[in-house]
Amino acid sequence: MRGALQREVAIAGIGLSDYPVAPGMTSEQHAALAFRRALDDSGLTKADVDGFFSAGDALPHFEDAENLAEYLGIQPRYFDSTFTGGSAFEVLLQHAALAIAAGECEVALIVYGSDARSRHKRGLGAKGLAPTTYLFDQPQSGPRRQGNAAAFEAPWGSSIISSYALAAQRHMYEYGTTSAQLAEIAVAMRYNAQFNPNAMYRDPLSVEEVLASPMLADPLHRWDCCVVSDGGGAVIMTSGERARDLKTTPVYVLAAKNAATHYNIAQMPDYTQTAAAMVADDVFRAADVTRDDIDTLQIYDSFTITVLLQLEDLGFAPKGEGGAWVSDGKLKVGGALPTNTDGGGLSACHPGMRGIFLIIEATRQLRHDAGDAQTPNAQLALVSGSGGILSHIGVAILGRQP
Amino acid sequence: MGKEANTSVELRASDRVLPMPDSDSAEYWEGLARGELRLQRCTACGIAQFYPRSLCATCGGSVEWFAATGKGTVHTFTVVRTHGAEPFRSLVPFTLAIVELEEGPRMMTNLTGIDPDDVRIDLPVELEPVSAGDITLPFFTPRADS
Repeated sequence: MRGALQREVAIAGIGLSDYPVAPGMTSEQHAALAFRRALDDSGLTKADVDGFFSAGDALPHFEDAENLAEYLGIQPRYFDSTFTGGSAFEVLLQHAALAIAAGECEVALIVYGSDARSRHKRGLGAKGLAPTTYLFDQPQSGPRRQGNAAAFEAPWGSSIISSYALAAQRHMYEYGTTSAQLAEIAVAMRYNAQFNPNAMYRDPLSVEEVLASPMLADPLHRWDCCVVSDGGGAVIMTSGERARDLKTTPVYVLAAKNAATHYNIAQMPDYTQTAAAMVADDVFRAADVTRDDIDTLQIYDSFTITVLLQLEDLGFAPKGEGGAWVSDGKLKVGGALPTNTDGGGLSACHPGMRGIFLIIEATRQLRHDAGDAQTPNAQLALVSGSGGILSHIGVAILGRQP
Repeated sequence: MGKEANTSVELRASDRVLPMPDSDSAEYWEGLARGELRLQRCTACGIAQFYPRSLCATCGGSVEWFAATGKGTVHTFTVVRTHGAEPFRSLVPFTLAIVELEEGPRMMTNLTGIDPDDVRIDLPVELEPVSAGDITLPFFTPRADS
């Protein structure tokens, strides 16, 4: 990464598993398919991989990264199972870049697979929604102690959706943000999904339709919430020097940062601000680029409010003015700042932890390989993953040039 | 929403995932059983905190317990209109709120005694301890004097 480390690091291969719905495929199979496709994409072989980076499979069950490495037959000399929820893959991208730059490994695999949709048969996002405690802090019987989420949040019926609703409600109160403005984000993601043949929803969506969809937890409507899909992804990274000799156009990691503010939603220091605000200036400084230089954004969109907060905290939209900022279509393919050009979690796929799809779509854009969703002559992309309940943020700036 | 709102939240306490007191929180839960909201305060910086823990989360100092007023205001909230698990599935719509206590810390709760559609940020509320068997849960309700 520029400024801090001498050695260039690049993404040399990407692979997606089948999504949004792949009945019969296990989480491990999704990871394996994505891995094999990433190997084919790079021209590397499995034997080249000596660094393994995975957060396991958070939904609907917990599978260790170690299990996945064993399943794939990888015995890495550098292993990292950092779990921060959906942002884990941006954090792992940072860790892999540091490990490669430091010489701890030469070829790093970041991999993810999940059968969340097929296993649950119905959306976790609505009727199947479990309290957060079941997802992140499972209560234990017997002598093991409970986590604080189980003790201080689960008794109140806290859930994933209602947790994000608390943030949306406060943002509306402080800044006058409206439901129609949040809906504009869902509408833009749906517009972008039309270019992705694998997206779960591709039919046009209007602001009126978002507002007419059922209110799940005020002020969040059904279409303010992401889909629940199957899917998987793999990213192979190596030194820039080595990547330039491989099959595909390298995409360079110019900077990556991560930060965290809380775990339990009741402990969020400021319901209108995420940890992205803590790292935004640092990541632009480290990459030696400005916000105006960024051609495309890939922003974690578990909910419409997730996008709004990150856009403000990263400094693209003035704080509190994100609602108006997103309402002129600039997030759409062909707009001023195309965002989530694969349709995002709101319309394309969200198997539980979506962060790896952000990296893969940014890489496609910077390779100029994004088909009808291509941002013309894209040179720089910013990726921002949100994990937990707006708890952790991982931000990376990727470039077509080192 | 086609269903009458729960203004006095049906408790179904036995169906809820109930807290297990531990060595950090035992005094908190014992206080609630007596109808008292006990918080911790730092002996060095004086800042009050919730939830209970064995150090000051602000400065790292040591903490002491004290009785809070049990009064606060709604900092943010949501009306939960769909839920995947009982007893909450049967309780919708109900209010999930973050209350900011007079002493500073915030805590999650459910509101009773008010239609969810009437809840607003900054609404003054007060503690309403409700026994749920071995545990007393800190519900909150609109303040009588507000």
